[in-house]
Amino acid sequence: MADREMNDAAPAQLALASTAGAAVDPDVPSRRRFSLPLRRAPRRRRFSLLTRRDKLVLALMVGIPLVFDLVFIWLPCIATIGLSFTDWTGIGPLTGDNFVGLEQYEKVWAYPFFEPALIHNAVWLAWLACIATPLGILLAVILDGNLRGSRVYQSIFYLPVVLSLAVIGLIWQLLYAPDVGNGFINSFLDALGQLPISLPLPDMSHTDWLGDGNINLFACLVAASWRHVGYICILYLAGLKSFDPQLREAAAIDGATSRQTFFHVVFPVMRPINLVIVVITAIEALRAFDIVYIVNRGRNGLELLSALITNTALSESTRVGFGSAIAVVLLLISIVPIVTFLVWQTREDLE
Amino acid sequence: MIRTREAAPAASTAQPHRRRRHRRIGTYTFIVLMAILWIFPLVWTIYASLRTNQDTTLHGYFSLPTELTLDNYVDAWNGAEIPRAYLNTLVITIPSVIVALLVASMVAFALTRFRWRFNIPLLMIFVAGNLLPQQVFIVPLYRIFLWSGFAVPAPLSDSGLLYNQLFGIILINVVFQMGFCIFVLSNYMKTLPKELVEAAQVDGAGVFRIWAGVIMPLCRPALAAMATLEFTFIYNDFFWALFLMKDGDRRPITSFLQNLNGMYYSDYSLLAAGAFLAVIPTLIVFFLLQRFFVSGLTLGSVKG
Repeated sequence: MADREMNDAAPAQLALASTAGAAVDPDVPSRRRFSLPLRRAPRRRRFSLLTRRDKLVLALMVGIPLVFDLVFIWLPCIATIGLSFTDWTGIGPLTGDNFVGLEQYEKVWAYPFFEPALIHNAVWLAWLACIATPLGILLAVILDGNLRGSRVYQSIFYLPVVLSLAVIGLIWQLLYAPDVGNGFINSFLDALGQLPISLPLPDMSHTDWLGDGNINLFACLVAASWRHVGYICILYLAGLKSFDPQLREAAAIDGATSRQTFFHVVFPVMRPINLVIVVITAIEALRAFDIVYIVNRGRNGLELLSALITNTALSESTRVGFGSAIAVVLLLISIVPIVTFLVWQTREDLE
Repeated sequence: MIRTREAAPAASTAQPHRRRRHRRIGTYTFIVLMAILWIFPLVWTIYASLRTNQDTTLHGYFSLPTELTLDNYVDAWNGAEIPRAYLNTLVITIPSVIVALLVASMVAFALTRFRWRFNIPLLMIFVAGNLLPQQVFIVPLYRIFLWSGFAVPAPLSDSGLLYNQLFGIILINVVFQMGFCIFVLSNYMKTLPKELVEAAQVDGAGVFRIWAGVIMPLCRPALAAMATLEFTFIYNDFFWALFLMKDGDRRPITSFLQNLNGMYYSDYSLLAAGAFLAVIPTLIVFFLLQRFFVSGLTLGSVKG
């Protein structure tokens, strides 16, 4: 409710601030109000209103940030590609002799941790996409219903979203601590085992959740989901709140059950937000880093592409070319969701 | 609203009515269980941080307390240089948020309120930069930060480099977060009527005055939301300071957790106290400014 008030505040201010604007629907592009032959006229006039000084100011407003963006993000991005063709160690100057062609890529391909890392990133994505994201959507749908105390539940589910992933890693370390008596989960399992009734469960109270290379990835995924679910819930609930209730009423009159209404009416109408969520989920999976780094720096079952890069090419590690080749792989994969998002976003702009 | 919902089944038979009530009970059970599950990790952290050493060595953490104490907080505060880490965070976060928002609002203004050929490609460059995983460009960035060619002057850097400097961390935070702010603010500015800018231009206002006097005041709701959101993003940043800052005593609190993890890995109470200390500022922001935080995320609808 509160965020809806926020959004309403803008048009309200607009109405006060502008004389012309109040009468004009901001959603209708201005050119649509002119007949065809006049189409270009107002556009040209707008340019003529800009003095030379205005143009200079505008150029600086965009130009200075652009230079910084290029120097500190895009130049390093391109440099990563360049470095991936070298055997540079970061020590001494980089010369033509360092050029080794595709050798680093061959090494990456043969690197025993590369395939696990790829698989772990894929598992990360699959988990977020198939478990955490749907759970977030489910919670949003439930919270959108007429639930008593909805605000309280919202606050609880949103809470982990403000926490840093590093702190989330620390908090879950406390829960996962392997020794009975210290870690909550193992203590809890141990207590279950000591109940008078015997449960048809194997005794798992001595599991080393974060140390065992077969399960620590899933332990980290549970921790990551703690945040991701809330994040998706926020976004989806905002979408649901802007959903036209008349559509739902119409579906109810037609005799649709609430499940049918959701899958056949609500979900399709929410397509824009669904797309955003797909992209976010993919990007989150590729960015996964902080939790595994806090746990064990991304080793022993927690290898991820991101952690391989920092472990091989940063600080004391000197395999700059090798790490860069892994970074290029990560870059190529990342391009897919990023381009998807940008294309979809600009298509919206053109509409 | 509840009225209207329950009015509909009244017309039908009693059977679905009962089923509906059952489902309602099921929904409440589910949501309450989930909520307990969700709040639990934080509750456990707080609980663990309040236990005394003799209590936990004797009974373990999974036990009722014989006494609760704030001693762990005192120890973590004194022993782990947490005050300094807080100060570093403050010095990094506040300027980063302000500069990122000012710069982003100018770019968004220039790109959305005036039509020129490269609007969309430029917007894409800025937004895509923020969507990239940081690890993709950290290797050369690390070298750029070590490059002496910038010769960063004295108050900003004590070595002339960007590496291992609070200023360097501020810089990269601003540059990286700028993309997201530009995206959100330009989406917001697109909803403002074009006539506003034109009217001001006819009145003879320069673009800078239009930005400062017309656009910025209208963007106040979006700016408030973004400031809240960016505060938590930059506060929570773990990565930049971890790799672009060498000295532990210059790291902000979030990256400092890595040191804390190494120092106290065997003392869960101290670790819990340290972790909770690191969380307090964001929790305060969350509880006081939750609606700004939520609307910030919603406005953006994307943040990788």
